[in-house]
Amino acid sequence: MFIDQLFNGLSLGSILLLIAIGLAITFGLMGVINMAHGELMMVGAYTTYVIQQWFANDMPHSAGLYFVVAIPLSFLIAALLGWGLEKSLIRHLYRRPLDSLLATWGISLILQQTARLIFGAPNVAVVPPSWLDGGIRLFGAVFPYKRLFILCLVLAIIFFLYLYLMKTRAGRRIQAVTMNRSMAACLGIATQKVDAYSFAIGSGLAGVAGCALTLLGPIGPTIGTYYIVDAFMVVILGGVGKLAGTLLGAFGIGLISTFVEYSTSATMAKVIVFVLIIAFLQWKPSGLLNVRTRSLD
Amino acid sequence: MKPKFMRKLWLLLCISVFALGGCAASSAVDQAKNENKKDSSSASKEGDTVKVGILHSLSGTMAISEVSLRDAELMAIEEINASGGLLGKKIEPVVEDGASDWPTFAEKAKKLLQKDRVATIFGGWTSASRKAMLPVVEQNNGLLWYPVQYEGMESSPNIFYTGATTNQQIVPAVSWLLKNRGKTFFLLGSDYVFPRTANKIIKAQLKAEGGQVIGEEYTPLSHTDYSTIISKIKQVKPAVVFNTLNGDSNVAFFKQLKDAGITPKDVTVMSVSIAEEEIRGIGPDVLAGHLAVWNYFQTTDTPENKAFVQKYKQKYGQDRVTDDPIEAAYTAVHLWAEAVKKAGSFDVDQVKKAAAGLEYKAPEGMVKIDGETQHLWKTVRIGEIQADGQFKELWNSGQPVKPDPYLKSYPWAKGLSE
Repeated sequence: MFIDQLFNGLSLGSILLLIAIGLAITFGLMGVINMAHGELMMVGAYTTYVIQQWFANDMPHSAGLYFVVAIPLSFLIAALLGWGLEKSLIRHLYRRPLDSLLATWGISLILQQTARLIFGAPNVAVVPPSWLDGGIRLFGAVFPYKRLFILCLVLAIIFFLYLYLMKTRAGRRIQAVTMNRSMAACLGIATQKVDAYSFAIGSGLAGVAGCALTLLGPIGPTIGTYYIVDAFMVVILGGVGKLAGTLLGAFGIGLISTFVEYSTSATMAKVIVFVLIIAFLQWKPSGLLNVRTRSLD
Repeated sequence: MKPKFMRKLWLLLCISVFALGGCAASSAVDQAKNENKKDSSSASKEGDTVKVGILHSLSGTMAISEVSLRDAELMAIEEINASGGLLGKKIEPVVEDGASDWPTFAEKAKKLLQKDRVATIFGGWTSASRKAMLPVVEQNNGLLWYPVQYEGMESSPNIFYTGATTNQQIVPAVSWLLKNRGKTFFLLGSDYVFPRTANKIIKAQLKAEGGQVIGEEYTPLSHTDYSTIISKIKQVKPAVVFNTLNGDSNVAFFKQLKDAGITPKDVTVMSVSIAEEEIRGIGPDVLAGHLAVWNYFQTTDTPENKAFVQKYKQKYGQDRVTDDPIEAAYTAVHLWAEAVKKAGSFDVDQVKKAAAGLEYKAPEGMVKIDGETQHLWKTVRIGEIQADGQFKELWNSGQPVKPDPYLKSYPWAKGLSE
C-alpha cells in the first residue's frame, strides 16, 4: 500500500509539474499572470481529439500512432496561439500585472466559449492508444502505463528545457532578458523577440500538458479551470523565476497531498496542502528557491 | 484635492440615494404584482401566441448537460405547434441562459414571469438552480417543470418534477445490488447536496436491509485525481461502488479506475448521473460493464420511444443521443400541453388542477402525474453499459412506481427528511 501511495504521489507530482511547467516560463520567468494558461491546455487537449478523429477516419490501421503525432502538434498549435496572444495583447501589458490578469482572464473566457461553439458543450472522448493500456505489476502494486508515460514525458520535457535554456544561444538570451532586461537590451538582444518566443514556448508546453491529460481526465471547454489554480500554486511555491523550484514544488505537493488524502479525505487534503503552502510562504515569501539578484526591480 | 474629493462623495451619495429609491420603487412594483397575483400568472392572451420560458445553462460548466434539454423542449414545442398549437394558439418559446450560476437562474425566472408573462417555465438541472427558482415561482404563482432526477425531500406547489425522486432511482437500485451483487458498499460522491443526501438515504437503507458501508469518500466538484481513492477501493475490496459523482469528475474516475486494472467483474460501479450523453464524453470503452439506474434509456423498447429517438436524431444530427433527463424534459412539455387542453385554460391554478392524475404515454412508457406531490409515477430501470455506448436493460420495476419524495413509506427513512 505504501508503494502504491508513493507511486500515486510521484504520479500526481508529475501531473502538477506538467501543468505548471509552461507557467513557470510565462509567469515564473516573464512575470505575466496568464489566466488563460488553462485554456492553452484545453487547446492542446482538443488538438489531440481532432488528430485522433482524423487518424480514426483516414488511417484506421495505424490509429494507435495518433498520440505520437498529437504531442508535437499540440505544442505547435498552442505555441502559435500563445505567440499571437503575446504579439497582439500581452506585450502591451508587461509590468502591469493586474491589467494582464484581467485581460488574460477575458481571453480565457473567449477561448472557452470558442471551444463550445466549435466542439459543442458536452465533453468529447479521446480513446487512449492501446499500447498505453494496462500496467506493470510490481511488489503487489499496479503501475499504470499511462501514469508512467506522463512521468517519463515530464522528465524528458524538463531535460530538454534545461538543455535549451543552458546550452543554446536562444535559451541563454531568455535567461539574460529575465535576469536583467535593460542590460540585455543594451548588449544588443532583441528583447521583444525574446519575449514573444518565450511566451510561445510556455504556451506550447501548456498544450503538451493538455495533450497528456487526455489520458487521465475529461476533455471539455472548461478543463482549463480545473488545473489553473494548481499550476499557479506550484510555481509560486517553487519560487518565481526558478525552474528547479517548480520541480521541487510539484513533487512536494504531489507526495504530501496523496499521503494526507490517504489518511483523511480528498477535500481535507486540499485544505491541508493549502494551509501548509500559506504557512511556508509566510516563512519564505519567495518560495523554495529564489533568484539571487543585484538588480533592484 | 479636497474639494474634488467632496464632489465625488456628493456624487456617490446622490447615486446611492437614487439606487435605493429605485430598489424601493421596484419592490413596490413587486408588491403590487403580488397583490394581483391572479393577473400576473395569466399568460399573454393578446394575439394568437402563448409564451413559455425555457431556462437552462447554455454557458458555463452545466452547459454540458443542459443544452440538450433545451433542444428536446424546443422539439416538443415544435411538435405541438405542428399539430395546431394549444387552445388555438401557437407556443412561442422564450429561451434564457442560466449560465450555470444560481442567482442568475432566480433573476431570469423572475424576468420570464414578470416581464415576458410566460404561461410556464421549463428549466433547471442542478438542485441549486431549482432551489434558486423555487421562491420566485412561488411568489409569482408561476409554474416550473423540473426534468432531472434529484435527492427528493421537496414538493413545491408551483413545481412539477418530471425526473425521478430517490424512491424511483436510488432505493430500488440499492435493493437490487444487495440481491444481485453483494453486501459491501463503497460510497463515492461529489461534495455537495445531492450526493450527501443520497448517501444518507443509502446508509439508512443498508442498515435496514443488511448491507454494509465500508468506505465513504467525497471529492470537490471537478476533482481530477482519483489515484488515492482508487487505492482505498483496492484495499477494502467492496462488492459495489455506489457512484454519485457529478460532471467531469466521472471521466477522470472511470479512466483511472480502468488503468488501475479494476474491471466491472472485480467491483461493480453503479452510477446515478451517467446517462448516454455522458457516456459519449467519457468513452464507452472505459465504462463498458458498469451499471446505471434511470427511468429511461435510448434503447427502451416502446413505439413512442422509437419515434422520439428518430425525430431527435433527424433534427439535431445522427451522432446525438437521447437520455433520461432529455426524455423527461421532452415529456414535461407534452404533459403541460395535455394539462392545458384538459383545463381549457393557461391559468396556473387551473392547469395544476387538471394535471393531477393525468396519464401520458411517454417514450419511457406510461407516466402519471401524482396530484399530491406533483411528481411522476415512473418505471425504474437498471442498465449495463455496452461497448457501443448504449444500455442493455438488466431489470425494470415492471410498472410505474409511485413517487415518494419524503420516503414516508419506508420505516427506515424516519428522521431523514428533517
